[in-house]
Amino acid sequence: MRDVRQIHFPHRRSADQDRPQPRHHPLVIVGAGPVGLVAALDLARKGHASVVIDKKSSLSDGSRSICWAKRSLEIMDRLGVGQALTEKGITWKTGKVFFDRGRVFEFDLLPDAQHRRPAFVNLQQYYFEHFCIEAAKRTGLIDLRWQEEVTSLTPTGDGLLLNIATPAGGYRLVSDWVIAADGARSALRRSLGLAFEGRVFDDQFLICDVRLKLGRPAERWFWFDPPFNRGRSALLHRQADDVWRLDFQVGASADRDQETRPDNVARRVRAMLGEDVLFAFEWISLYRFQSRRLERFRHGRVLFAGDAAHQMSPFGARGGNSGIQDADNLVWKLDLVLRQLAPATLIDSYDQERIAAADENLINTARSTDFIAPKSAISRAFRDGVLALARTEPWARRLVNSGRLSVATLYQTSPLNGPDALGPGVAPAVRPGAAALDAPVAAGWLHDHIGDGFVGVWFARDPSLTQPFARDAGLLSERALPVKTVVVSDAIACERYGAEPAPAYYLFRPDQHVAARWRHPQRAAVEEAVARATGSRC
Amino acid sequence: MPLTREPNLEDPDGLYAAILEAHCDLSEAESVALNARLVLLLANHIGDEAVVREALTLARQSIDAAAPPQEGGGRSFS
Repeated sequence: MRDVRQIHFPHRRSADQDRPQPRHHPLVIVGAGPVGLVAALDLARKGHASVVIDKKSSLSDGSRSICWAKRSLEIMDRLGVGQALTEKGITWKTGKVFFDRGRVFEFDLLPDAQHRRPAFVNLQQYYFEHFCIEAAKRTGLIDLRWQEEVTSLTPTGDGLLLNIATPAGGYRLVSDWVIAADGARSALRRSLGLAFEGRVFDDQFLICDVRLKLGRPAERWFWFDPPFNRGRSALLHRQADDVWRLDFQVGASADRDQETRPDNVARRVRAMLGEDVLFAFEWISLYRFQSRRLERFRHGRVLFAGDAAHQMSPFGARGGNSGIQDADNLVWKLDLVLRQLAPATLIDSYDQERIAAADENLINTARSTDFIAPKSAISRAFRDGVLALARTEPWARRLVNSGRLSVATLYQTSPLNGPDALGPGVAPAVRPGAAALDAPVAAGWLHDHIGDGFVGVWFARDPSLTQPFARDAGLLSERALPVKTVVVSDAIACERYGAEPAPAYYLFRPDQHVAARWRHPQRAAVEEAVARATGSRC
Repeated sequence: MPLTREPNLEDPDGLYAAILEAHCDLSEAESVALNARLVLLLANHIGDEAVVREALTLARQSIDAAAPPQEGGGRSFS
């Protein structure tokens, strides 16, 4: 594979630029990073064209977001990109935690087999973007406009007027909806004057990506107080192409220019990996943790997603992954509203569900930050106590927090959730609000059968037991917003969904989250649940 | 089950002495470390989060009550 970082995206003058009146596009996405591209791909999958605007002329500089969680991979499978990401990336699910000179413990994020995707795939952000852009070109519905920048955004009566600057002069567009996925320094956020409240932590971290041959397993290795970085922490991750991510805590008072000087970074790399190690630098960056979010993600017809909406410490891989889930949550709702199958108020549930998710991610990353970089003597005493006890005490290992790694958010309090007739005690991992749990189905996987639209899945070891519902299933499939019925009788799937021995019927939303579940579904109840999940009932 | 507020130790003086003895010859920083580990060990043993939180509140209140009132003080503990 050629070096994708060398790809240059020229500015192409759009025909829109020569029109006397601004051209109307229903959907404009600002930002061609992972979140914007995923939104564009999902919209295209549902038949919607979009214009994607980005000021850059190449892929992401540096590897940036590298850990793609199982849920993100499942979303990318739905968009047809999951296999390419997995093949190019480094699959991992285990990690080791070290304290001082010793190993404290090991963990396994996905101990049970029989899932299509692993807990994580590590892959440089530029590859993630590259595969998305290749897929975007194949759709024929995504108009990528490089080296263009939205300079202002004005609400009109029923849409938005965008002023866009390009190397070939400015032009204007009119849009119904704008997805603001323009990153942590979001220009759209600033142009709307929106506050981005939260904390900035003092401690600084040095990221360096180095290319080298290293005979270590593809695992997440995390050190507390190691000999090569006394009193601080360090992290090691493997990426594609023999690139390794090294992350050193360097303290609050470290000088940016000194710390990022290659000879100083090289000293750190050798102290960590060995004096005789041969390597080449790929990327060096110094950062501080941020922990903040917009008060609301929906501002009229402007919808903020990813880092533009929320920013958090990277320990836990919750930044990129939560951004992908933002897009996954938003696009099916936009689709139904655009096709007039749901009221525009359905978009408000994006705010509710993804703000709950952001808060969960923010609290988890803030707690990890407090453990990794204790802010007081007593905080350090407890932290070091946990690490010392964890060597021999299994219970203390549960307290070691080097980052709680990203999993799909369960929309526990979502107004879109319908009845849980199985009860919260049965298969709680897949109760209403939860993302589908994968399982082998026939020759493939459950996720191949759900998503994009509403799907009712009968989990039944004996498929004949679902026969009485066949007529209702037929009628549900003929609605304006159809509900497709699928019967799954595979043992592992039935067990994971609490359908052993009695069958269970699950209604899945287009984003593969559970809307409702029953033992004895009735057509009216399913229709009611679809109405609720599409914002037509409150 | 709420936090036990009634006497619950068979040999209170003996246990008190044992706690102090555990700190014998420790520097102040080491004593802080020992106390932290003890809290963690006992919290896990108790298991009931509500009981531990009640104990935290009670311990904190007894410190706040002893401290002179401060400008803008009155931090809640939750």
